[in-house]
Amino acid sequence: MAKFTAKPNELSKIDYTPPKTHWLETPVEIREHMFCHAAKPKDLETVGFPYGREWRPNDEDWKLPENWKTIIFEGMRSLLKKYRSFQVFMDICVRCGACADKCHFFLGSGDPKNMPVLRAELLRSVYRGNFTLAGKILKKLAGARKLTANVLKEWWYYFYQCTECRRCSVFCPYGIDQAEITMMGRELTNMLGLQIGWIAGPVANCYMKGNHLGLEPHTITSSMEFFLDDIETITGIKIEPTFNRKGAEILFVTPSGDLFANPGTYTAMGYLMLFHELGLDYTWSTYASEGGNFGFFTTNDMAKRLNSKIYAEAKRLGVKWILGGECGHMWRVVHQYMDTWNGPADFLEEPVSPITGTRFDNARATKMVHIAEFTADLIKNSKLKFDLSRNDHLNVTFHDSCNTSRGMGLLEEPRYVLKSVCNNFYEMPEDTIREKTFCCGSGAGLNASENMELRMRGGFPRANAAKYVHEKYGVNMCAAVCAIDRVALSTSFEYWVPGVAVCGLHELVGNALVMTGEKERTQDLRLEPLPGKEVAE
Amino acid sequence: MGSIVSLIAVIVLILIAYTGVKAANLHFLFGVVIPYAAVTVFLTGFIYRILKWASVPVPFRIPTTCGQQKSLPWIKQNKIENPSSPFWVVVRMALEVLVFRSLFRNLKTQLTDGSRLVYGEAKWLWLAGLAFHWSLLIVLIRHSRFIFDPVPSFLHILEQFDGFLQIGVPVLFVTGVVLLVSVTYLLIRRFFIPIVRYISLPADYFPLFLIIAIAITGIEMRYFTKTHIVGVKELVMGLLTFNPKTPEGIGWIFYVHIFLVSALFIYFPFSKLMHMGGVFMSPTRNMVNNSRVKRHVNPWNYPVDVHTYEDYENDFREKMKSAGIPVEKE
Ligand code: SF4
Ligand code: SF4
Repeated sequence: MAKFTAKPNELSKIDYTPPKTHWLETPVEIREHMFCHAAKPKDLETVGFPYGREWRPNDEDWKLPENWKTIIFEGMRSLLKKYRSFQVFMDICVRCGACADKCHFFLGSGDPKNMPVLRAELLRSVYRGNFTLAGKILKKLAGARKLTANVLKEWWYYFYQCTECRRCSVFCPYGIDQAEITMMGRELTNMLGLQIGWIAGPVANCYMKGNHLGLEPHTITSSMEFFLDDIETITGIKIEPTFNRKGAEILFVTPSGDLFANPGTYTAMGYLMLFHELGLDYTWSTYASEGGNFGFFTTNDMAKRLNSKIYAEAKRLGVKWILGGECGHMWRVVHQYMDTWNGPADFLEEPVSPITGTRFDNARATKMVHIAEFTADLIKNSKLKFDLSRNDHLNVTFHDSCNTSRGMGLLEEPRYVLKSVCNNFYEMPEDTIREKTFCCGSGAGLNASENMELRMRGGFPRANAAKYVHEKYGVNMCAAVCAIDRVALSTSFEYWVPGVAVCGLHELVGNALVMTGEKERTQDLRLEPLPGKEVAE
Repeated sequence: MGSIVSLIAVIVLILIAYTGVKAANLHFLFGVVIPYAAVTVFLTGFIYRILKWASVPVPFRIPTTCGQQKSLPWIKQNKIENPSSPFWVVVRMALEVLVFRSLFRNLKTQLTDGSRLVYGEAKWLWLAGLAFHWSLLIVLIRHSRFIFDPVPSFLHILEQFDGFLQIGVPVLFVTGVVLLVSVTYLLIRRFFIPIVRYISLPADYFPLFLIIAIAITGIEMRYFTKTHIVGVKELVMGLLTFNPKTPEGIGWIFYVHIFLVSALFIYFPFSKLMHMGGVFMSPTRNMVNNSRVKRHVNPWNYPVDVHTYEDYENDFREKMKSAGIPVEKE
């Protein structure tokens, strides 16, 4: 495959005029750099997904199983009986178009099939043709069509161009959530082995090894050693976290991405420093070493299978409650699915902060608290001391992650923490934050490298808003409470708005946190010199 | 294309009723049989669809949250956009249904200077949608003067408000005009906004043309031909008391009007018009965001294969031991 080389000024020339031919008559064109490689058969086999085979998305022949149409129809029938959301969303869209220009992929590509309404119609047209009376009688007049191999390809192409961000759902008068429809669409493609490698690999890893990256237990501890050394260099304090420790009060679960790749690693350092300073009785787990859940981007069952480890481990270790790190889709899952799948967590206790005594009533059934909630409570109760000047070299903005804003409503907690640890905070434009936030462009398992054009197009609206505050206020750092954001936005900003770096909330907490017995800090968590501090010495 | 097919369909419907009454004298068919059939289809179809939706479980609690969650007591929750109790869900739903809250949020996103996205107000769709639905409702309620004898006082009051402009004899009802204007706007935007045109299907044009035709025939009867109201009332009362009759002196326009309304009723349960019921059943809007407070039960939850801790330790026991990680079995 040729490398993706398009320049930002070429990519931002976007034409929103729809093509001359009607979408039902415009066959899908599977374009390089816009899709991910197919899943490796062995990854599908590891978790028992069907029809693992060698195939390539841009091949003519996808080597579909003989009875693939039957599989799809049976699959649709069963999903329609299981999910009211799916059934209702198939039936009630009035095609008003309010959602059309709300999707970052449409805004970044101009491809009309990236309008949420049309993305849904791709599936709805087949639904109408096979599951509704009007569609069966009126056929094309009712907007119905037959399922063909080309239609299936079109589904696949566009369901893996949706990051399940739910922005469309905010604006739809009926709350029609394309994320939900995409999830159904992906269930269907999965029934035919049409998974993508970037999702199937992490899923298999997570199933066997406990985390997406496939870090084995000893690798987790040794990569943590690096952070601990860095923390010692910066603060002079040697931290000794524990792993799989029975009897700890709290189990801490966070996305594995933060243990491995910059800039997430700095966030992990922030956690370690905070917990150490608090003297928190907590443990990491190598078995439940993944907060994120790429299974969520395949099938409901797979998501549940991966998620089960968190409660199982909490039970085995005998902890009282669970604290969750910064991650977007992890929190969609924890907040809206975990208890339903794998609860009730009656072996745990209602979460109470051991430091402030605050009872987290809002997590009393699921028994899992978001770290931004936890830290905000600490700060409100004046349990932490900060030296804000250590973040003075940063002009910070905040990116709301799709899932925590639209699938939970975690908006003020991270802002409160941010404003408590840094002096220079600037919001991006109103229509691009909070519930109207734009996706990083790489969510829902699409942060591969072969689909770079798609990612940059999808990241365009977010980066555009960052560029605005970069130019207006000199913003040079964007904080996000999501591991995928930290990786994806880094790439996207490098492309669209060089000069804005990305960090986690707890990196900035770690920077500012005044720790007992620390030496005079001269470096931030990235081991970069703190401006002004070297002068003081 | 889609619009022409739909327009033709509506014209054909009008011609059917016209020839049926004018040429074939089928007053009873168009005045009695078809309206009965239409109401029957509408009611059974509507109820069937609602029951069908209701019979499908809601396995997960998936509200789309559009504001601050309830978490720490000192953080101000957005109770409407992120409700944590049924009461506030009712408020949220009421705002959706009565004033189209989500549509009010609508934005217009445009690319300017070649590379800058700007977001602007876009309230026309909301305004037209709201005007259309409300005026349709009021017009419908006004029609109940045909089924009450004597006409109840609330209707007189409603009519007084509706006719506040005091123009003409009979007095001009504002809602009739608003209905026609707003529905025309909704049609025109499908022609002129390129992406809306692109997503529109015959099923989107057809009900608009149909409603326009219904409104025009209605207005025509009230203000121009001044239909034989007493006769119409007699017909409608006959239908209601299951003692149907077709009085003399009712013009063909009335039969066209009632036939189009019948067509709308029959079409309703099979079409997107079911959004009228569906709006109440959308899980992203009608659910409480309390999934961490109260366990939501999925009726079809079933056990799945998992990779247990034991499996994991068996795979990695030696590596764990050498890294100093505690194990269950030495
Ligand atoms: S906003 Fe909702 S009803 Fe309107 S086109 Fe989009 S999905 Fe359909
Ligand atoms: S969920 Fe997000 S990515 Fe998917 S269609 Fe809606 S706005 Fe686009």
